[in-house]
Amino acid sequence: MTYRLSFRSRLAALAGVLLTAMSVPALAAWEPTKTVEFIVPAGTGGGADQMARLIQSIIAKHNLMKQPMVVVNKGGGAGAEGFLDMKGAKGDPHKIVITLSNLFTTPLATGVPFNWKDLTPVRMMALDEFVLWVNSETPYKNAKEYVDAVKAGGANKFKMGGTGSKQEDQILTAAIEKQSGAKFTYIPYKGGGEVATQLVGKHVDSTVNNPIEAVAQWRAGSLRPLCVFDTQRMPYKEKVTKDMAWGDIPTCKEAGLDANYLMLRGIFMPGGATPDQVAYYVGVLEKVSQTPEWKKFIEEGAFNTTALKGKDYADWVAKNEQLHQNLMKEAGFLAK
Amino acid sequence: MQEIQSLIGGFQVALSWFNLMLMLAGIILGVIIGVLPGLGGANGVAILLPLTFSMASQPGGTTSAIILLSCIYWGALFGGAITSILFNIPGEPWSVATTFDGYPLAQKGRPGAALTAAFTSSFVGALVAVLLITFMAPLVAKFALRFGPPEFFAVYLLTFCAFVGMSKGSPFKTIASMMLGFALAAVGTDTVTGQLRLTYGFMELLRGFDFLIAVIGLFGIGEILLTIEEGLEFKGAKAKLDMRVVLDTWKELPRYWLTSVRSSIVGCLMGIVPGGATPASFMSYGLAKKMSPDGPKFGTGMVEGVVAPETAAHAAGTSALLPMLTLGVPGSPTAAVLLGGLLIWGLQPGPLLFVEKPDFVWGLIASMYLGNIVGLIVVLTCVPLFAAILRVPFAIIAPVILVICAIGAYTVHSSMFDVWMMLVFGVMGYAFKKLDYPMAPLVLALVLGDSAENAFRQAMLGSQGDLRAFFSNALVGTITGLALLLLFWPLISKGLEIVRGRNGSNGQGA
Repeated sequence: MTYRLSFRSRLAALAGVLLTAMSVPALAAWEPTKTVEFIVPAGTGGGADQMARLIQSIIAKHNLMKQPMVVVNKGGGAGAEGFLDMKGAKGDPHKIVITLSNLFTTPLATGVPFNWKDLTPVRMMALDEFVLWVNSETPYKNAKEYVDAVKAGGANKFKMGGTGSKQEDQILTAAIEKQSGAKFTYIPYKGGGEVATQLVGKHVDSTVNNPIEAVAQWRAGSLRPLCVFDTQRMPYKEKVTKDMAWGDIPTCKEAGLDANYLMLRGIFMPGGATPDQVAYYVGVLEKVSQTPEWKKFIEEGAFNTTALKGKDYADWVAKNEQLHQNLMKEAGFLAK
Repeated sequence: MQEIQSLIGGFQVALSWFNLMLMLAGIILGVIIGVLPGLGGANGVAILLPLTFSMASQPGGTTSAIILLSCIYWGALFGGAITSILFNIPGEPWSVATTFDGYPLAQKGRPGAALTAAFTSSFVGALVAVLLITFMAPLVAKFALRFGPPEFFAVYLLTFCAFVGMSKGSPFKTIASMMLGFALAAVGTDTVTGQLRLTYGFMELLRGFDFLIAVIGLFGIGEILLTIEEGLEFKGAKAKLDMRVVLDTWKELPRYWLTSVRSSIVGCLMGIVPGGATPASFMSYGLAKKMSPDGPKFGTGMVEGVVAPETAAHAAGTSALLPMLTLGVPGSPTAAVLLGGLLIWGLQPGPLLFVEKPDFVWGLIASMYLGNIVGLIVVLTCVPLFAAILRVPFAIIAPVILVICAIGAYTVHSSMFDVWMMLVFGVMGYAFKKLDYPMAPLVLALVLGDSAENAFRQAMLGSQGDLRAFFSNALVGTITGLALLLLFWPLISKGLEIVRGRNGSNGQGA
């Protein structure tokens, strides 16, 4: 693989983005001629992997593609392995990748020569919410009480557990610290399920797990959600526990903690994809998001259902790259 | 006795012709996946996951789907031992420890005995674990919650300590080999800081050194190089090829009941905690070597040396499903993929799964009994067949093994670089053998070094650098104490001998 193409491929990617934006009404004339590789820049069993395999299953079940699709995990180097593979596959229309926040955080934190502009944005599938959780045996009833307790306890006394280092969970923790003046000891673990269990076992004091990672423990009465890091409450009204729905969790801003963060679950192609090719995948993914299986998954995981494509999507990604740059710079997480 | 009623209900769900067929298909597929190095159980289950999607959307179909996938897992657990014993190439990480005595046994002309012992003890380990899941699931889940970073580190420490000092050669060579393993394990992304380490700008090194590639190279390729040097033949060719070998071995096995019991306990604990099948197999082998009266002969082809790791690996692999079902935390990489499957099918693993989906849970548990019985029958009937492979002349089988190794190394990450790495490790394995350096400490450090380091640093973050974290409660204190006791056991036993005025036994029987 070579990594010298970055400037040219960035230009090409930009051109691709612009072309995509202009070509929305075009008919999907292009179709894959061989097996499509679906790269997951994370390990098996995680959130991105689940979503990729669900998409693959739905496509297979409803015959949405004539060619088969295989999911390939390339999670080495916090996803850098998968992203570099995509970057090296410039112009290959038989490869797509599902991204999470490591699209931004991995290059920023490690200095790996990769940027989202090396890719062609296809479609945002959903955004993952973040919720502040504490053990239900603790007395904290809302985010303010908890943050006050953390401040009163003194620096580094309270432990925040999260997935990975210098990734979404720690960035969000840094944002909470900046907003409130509280100071946590952040402890990185390998996966979200492990983090939730550590909170149930009281080895950490709080987490910012995604809904799907902690919902089982919430329903079992072991965890308590304090607030959701979004600008508005989640729209889901169906009761998850005896007396609460996802929609009953206040936003952190309501609870006096002005921080919000959402994680991208979106699909990209390698750089240099033609508008026809992008339109084809957009079409397939739109059909995926219409299926009952997809809707059920989205509701159970309490995802934010924002879905973007074309220029809106590219703009969103560019804006979020800036956001991550700022947050990580303030927290001192940037690669030196 | 409510469990027994539920279990009978589960058998009613699992015992349909369709499900039995799925079990058989799953086991056979799993054995094949287990035999091929590189294509691990996790990959195999992940590849087949989409197939189960439409199956799971029918009423009662989720049970059939999990039966198919979990049987692939059981099959892979059985299958991993086959190539370990026949060719010194572990098909799965947890069968590395099986090579230590399994391969010498095969070389002595007893491949059938080694295979029978491996399969039978796998079955025993699984049975103990399933019984545990059946009757103690809620209790055990609570126990697993008590494990935080200090406890995990203590468990890893215990594994290392159980293993240290077991090689006969120079202790300095053991330490050198283990340190090399730790160094290799440190390559790649560091979870605690998120930084890349020791990659020197080589993007191929981002993901670190995969344990499987190292093992395929060190053991498989290294062995072939040695065999080429020593003359072109396998020594196991005189093996008897009939089913009597199964019965003969079964007569021998009850002698090792103590090892079986110990290994089952170790395996179940490691599966639940969740430490995984690989450390369980190493720890169990180390303990058996220390505690068995035949300990000093381990490594020369003792049936007991096959029983110990296989029992523990299968017990751990099976009980790893317990934290997955009750807590939503996978106890092994394969369990992680199964967990993803459950979520895709619309099931929610966690404390309420037993209450809300009793049909599914008890169907799965019943299928664990049935699947393992089916598996045992399948693999045992094939023992003569597998053993017959050793009759094929080396000149024919060696290129085949080389190709399989290369494909295996490539499959792990679909990367050609890994195939070259495998060859490098092969040369290294040859050099290690020639210079009489032990390979096991390197492999152990490579597979556990990363997790042990993470647990240690997480514990230190939590305690603000206070080492007393490892003695802060009864649980972690006991494990750490046990680990230190094992580490210094040779010194302690020598001390005891001196105190007894050299009248006692030689101190190994304890």
